[in-house]
Amino acid sequence: MRIYVPRDSAAKALGADDVARAIAEEAARRGQTIEIVRNGTRGMIWLEPLVEVEDGGIRRGFGAVEPGDAAGILDGSSAKALGPVEDLDWMKRQTRLTFARCGVIDPLSLADYGAHGGLTGLRRALAMSGQQIVDEVKTSGLRGRGGAGFPTGIKWQTVHDAAAPQKYIVCNADEGDSGTFADRMIMEGDPFTLIEGMAIAGIGTGATKGYVYIRSEYPDAIEVMQQAVRIAREAGLLGADVLGSGRAFDMEIRVGAGAYVCGEETSLLNSLEGKRGIVRAKPPLPALEGLFGRPTVVNNVLSLATVPVIFEKGAAHYAGFGLGRSRGTMPIQIAGNVKHGGLFETAFGMPLGELISDIAGGTASGRPVKAVQVGGPLGAYMPVSKFDTPFGYEEFDGQGGLIGHAGVVVFDDTADMLKMARFAMEFCAVESCGKCTPCRIGAVRGVETIDRIGRGDASALPILTDLCETMKDGSLCALGGFTPFPVMSALTHFPDDFACQKEAAE
Amino acid sequence: MPQPQSEPISDRISVLISEKLGLEGPLLPILHAIQEEFGHVPQGALPLIADALNISKAEVHGVVSFYHDYREVPAGRHVVKICRAEACQAVGGAALAEATLAKLGVEWHGTTKNGAVTVEPVYCLGLCACAPAAMVDGKVVGRVDAAKMTKLLEEAGA
Repeated sequence: MRIYVPRDSAAKALGADDVARAIAEEAARRGQTIEIVRNGTRGMIWLEPLVEVEDGGIRRGFGAVEPGDAAGILDGSSAKALGPVEDLDWMKRQTRLTFARCGVIDPLSLADYGAHGGLTGLRRALAMSGQQIVDEVKTSGLRGRGGAGFPTGIKWQTVHDAAAPQKYIVCNADEGDSGTFADRMIMEGDPFTLIEGMAIAGIGTGATKGYVYIRSEYPDAIEVMQQAVRIAREAGLLGADVLGSGRAFDMEIRVGAGAYVCGEETSLLNSLEGKRGIVRAKPPLPALEGLFGRPTVVNNVLSLATVPVIFEKGAAHYAGFGLGRSRGTMPIQIAGNVKHGGLFETAFGMPLGELISDIAGGTASGRPVKAVQVGGPLGAYMPVSKFDTPFGYEEFDGQGGLIGHAGVVVFDDTADMLKMARFAMEFCAVESCGKCTPCRIGAVRGVETIDRIGRGDASALPILTDLCETMKDGSLCALGGFTPFPVMSALTHFPDDFACQKEAAE
Repeated sequence: MPQPQSEPISDRISVLISEKLGLEGPLLPILHAIQEEFGHVPQGALPLIADALNISKAEVHGVVSFYHDYREVPAGRHVVKICRAEACQAVGGAALAEATLAKLGVEWHGTTKNGAVTVEPVYCLGLCACAPAAMVDGKVVGRVDAAKMTKLLEEAGA
């Protein structure tokens, strides 16, 4: 009997380790032989710890499991039975391409990985020229999943064309945006897909060395990735002779040190070099002068982790999903005050409201939704009136928002949007790298100005608007440049929260 | 006033430095290794690192002070990190944090008088779908309410 108990940190945070121990103890007491596999999460976080029992090739789920449920799970009498996991509505409605294996396989078993389509893409890429690899990525329409949405193939082309004695692939795993956890999930649940994607990027652009820069807030992901790299190296997937092709690619895991701004690609490069994580002015582009001044591909975890499936199924298959210029699928992360929070991968184009009301089942508190922040702390607060906006880069941009890393944080009607705007400025002040004035000083002044509004000083409102304009136009990177999104969207869509304070003071 | 480094500690720091010298961009890995062993980055380590990497002591200080993770003094015996980010705020994270700080009588980054617990803010642990989230000495905890927090603090001896 094979039993799956996730090792994903969200599952662990809800007691998965205790559950795994209880099941092992109960089985030992009964003299029953079982095999416990610590898989990644399926993404249904409200059901975690989600235990699956495999029987005749069908995996039946139980959730949310507590240690006391062990006996009922082993004899099949548990009231927490969910039926076959693949048949659950949440799973059936998804198009899982990037996350196809996450939650299904043992994350650290290369045999499992291969049995579920792993390495097919890399083998295909190894038979192609560098230019053919880059062309395949271009055809897929893949755009940077970290937030900016820059076409991945174009970036690879620049690095491919640059002549240098050393080129690098850098994976940005400094996922610091609140409401996003897709990077963490894939690193903990299917680490080889990231390694394979980086190897394809290396072979395609002529880079022989890769780094994954993981934030220190993700100790479990760091541990899994370090083990996965070691296993991949021992199996000849990394090293001087990738899968016997005669081509070299190796990689290292590096750990961040708690600076949000290092999620910005140029400050990440400085951090990797051992410097303060200060933003660099562009140009020069990292694709030409990146890590240690060498041509460097800097891609987000999800972009790189999506590359293997593009090569496995073909660029046209991937590009066949989506809407407008947003091709393929997006792993959307639904969080905050929601009934059903988790990761839902679907083709671009689903309206925001459908995600919140239908997929996520509305708020956990049962109160009406007030605002939804999409794209992390630098994303706009979308009011319910914008719920028909389809999930896509241009579509959100057109509504004064951004999809960023596709984190969706739901707030009910108890949220105070003035407080949320103040928090956005406060966060920017704490995390500013200090290089440019609009961000370093603007964020501090922003907090003070919002406090004035909170005290009932209406004359501070135009100052806040003006300050946001300055930060937007004058900041070097997205931290200072995008902090106005949450601030101004809160002010524009929820003016009552900025006015009632004034009336109270009068 | 920084304590003068006793010989064995600086010897140990030198070993930690030399283990990472072969890496490209070794400074952050060196600082992580030192902090993991000593619980902070002792002042005495800075000249040793500067010497080994052929950079100035000011540059090393600049890096240590830039990153939130590096401590100049040791933390309490346990570190409780409470997430302050938006998803946790959406389900009562701010109130939980305020109540915790008030209960322990500390500010953010403060350590309880008995030295048991240091409370730090963290901006997202990637546990946004099971918020509010916290981390105790590297171990993650989700859906933290007042009762769960009290239990965590008791276990930590606060």
